[in-house]
Amino acid sequence: MDFPFLADTFLRLCGGIPLTLLLALISCAIGAALALCLAAMRLSKIGPLAALAHAYVFVYRGTPLLVQIFLVYYGFGQFPLVRHSFLWPILREPFWCAIIALSMNTGAYASEIIRGGILSVPHGQIEAARACGMSRLTQFRRIVMPLAIRQALPAYGTEIILMVKATSLASIITLMEITGVAAEIISETYRVIEVFVIAGALYLAINFILTRIVQIIEHWLTPYERGRPALPLAASVDAGEIA
Amino acid sequence: MNNPGFFQLVGFGQQGWGPALLLGAVVTVALAVSGFAIGASLGSLAAWAKIAGGRLSRAADVYTTVLRGIPDLLVIYLFYFGGSRGISAIGHLLGAEGFIGFPGFLAGALAIGMVSGAQQAEVFRGAYSAVSRGEIEAAIAVGMDRWTRFRRIVAPLVIRYALPGLGNVWQVLLKESALISVTGVVELLRQSQIAAGSTRQPFTFYFAAAVLYLVITTVSSLSFFKAESRFSRGLRRS
Repeated sequence: MDFPFLADTFLRLCGGIPLTLLLALISCAIGAALALCLAAMRLSKIGPLAALAHAYVFVYRGTPLLVQIFLVYYGFGQFPLVRHSFLWPILREPFWCAIIALSMNTGAYASEIIRGGILSVPHGQIEAARACGMSRLTQFRRIVMPLAIRQALPAYGTEIILMVKATSLASIITLMEITGVAAEIISETYRVIEVFVIAGALYLAINFILTRIVQIIEHWLTPYERGRPALPLAASVDAGEIA
Repeated sequence: MNNPGFFQLVGFGQQGWGPALLLGAVVTVALAVSGFAIGASLGSLAAWAKIAGGRLSRAADVYTTVLRGIPDLLVIYLFYFGGSRGISAIGHLLGAEGFIGFPGFLAGALAIGMVSGAQQAEVFRGAYSAVSRGEIEAAIAVGMDRWTRFRRIVAPLVIRYALPGLGNVWQVLLKESALISVTGVVELLRQSQIAAGSTRQPFTFYFAAAVLYLVITTVSSLSFFKAESRFSRGLRRS
C-alpha cells in the first residue's frame, strides 16, 4: 500500500467536491422551478401548453444527457447570431453550459415526479377545499402542494442522487469536478484501482448524506405516519421496487 | 460555394454523413444489447443471492448499493483504463513491449453491464417477491421438482412482473451507452463528434444524433409495451 499516494489522491479528489456539489445544487434548484412550470403546463386545460410540455419531456427523457450537453456547449456556437448576442459570454463558459444542460434535463424528469404527486392528491380533498370556499390559488398552496410534495419526495430524492451522478459528465467539457480530477490522476499515473476506489467512496459518501437528509425531511413532513405500522406490501410499492 | 444544407449533411448523398451515423446507431444498439445481456446475468445472480440470504446476499447488497451510488462514467474509466493496465501487465509477462489498449467496445459493454446489473437485480428481486406463495405451493402440490417449478412457474411470472422495470433499465442503459464515446468507440455520439469536427457544424450533427437516439428509445419503448401485453396474456385486468 502506497499511503502517501493514496493521501495525495484523496486530497486532490476532495478539491473536486465543491464543484460537484455546486453543479448539483444550482441545477437542482433551476430544474425544480422548471419542473413546476412544466407540470403546471402539463396539467393545465390549455391544449397547446400541455402538448408543449409533453413534447419537452419526451425529447429530454428520450435523448442522452451527454448529447444535450454537447448541443449546448458545442452546438450553439455554430450560429453567428448566438456568437454575437449578449448570451455568448454565458454560452462560452463550460460551467454555465453544464448548468443549463443539467437543469433542463432534471426539469424534464422532475416534472413527471411532481405531476405524479399532484395527480395522487385525492379528489375528495380538493372538493373539501372548494366547499370551504378556497380560491384556486389557495387550494393549490394549502391543500394540493403540501400533499403532492409528501407523495413526490421519495422519488425526488432519487432524482437528486441521479443529478449528483450526472454532474460527472461535466468533466467531459473540461470542468474539474471529482470525476474530472480522477480522470486526470488516472491519465498521469495509470493507477486506476486506487483512484477509482477513492473517487467512488467520495460519491457514495455524498449520496449517503443526501439520502439521509431527504429521509429526515420526509420524517419531518409526515408526523401522522409515525408510530403506525407500515404495511409491508405498501412499503415496497412506495419504494418503487414493484413497478 | 454555398454551404450544404441540413439534409445534404445528414443525408445519403455525396456529402452526406447518413450512412456513417446509421452505422454508429447500430453500434450503439449493439453496445446496449451486450450491456443489457451482461446486466441480466449479473442482475439475476445478484437477485438470487439476495433472495437466498446468507453471506452472498451481503456481497450482492454491496454490489447493488455501490454501483447505483457512483457515476457510470467512473465505472467506464475503471474498465477502460483498468482493462488496458491489466492486459498490458499480462502482455509484459508474455514478453510484449509497451502499452496494449483494451478493446473499447468490450470495456464499455462490461461497464454499462455492471451498472445495469445492479439495477436489474433490484427489478428481479421485486418481481420475485410479487410472485404469490400460492402459485409455488400449487406447483409443489402437483409434484414439480425445483427446476421444473422455476422453469414453468417462477420464471414466466417473474418476467411478467419484471418487464416494466426492465424497460426502464433498458432506456437508462441506452442513454448511458453514449458515455462510451469517451473511450473512442465509434458509436452514434462519437460518430457525430467526428462529423461535427470535420464539417464544423456541431449543432447539425448533435441534433441529428439526438433525433436518432429519440427514434431508438421510442421504438424500444413500443416494443417493451408489446412484450408486456404478450407476457400478460391470461391476466385479467380490472
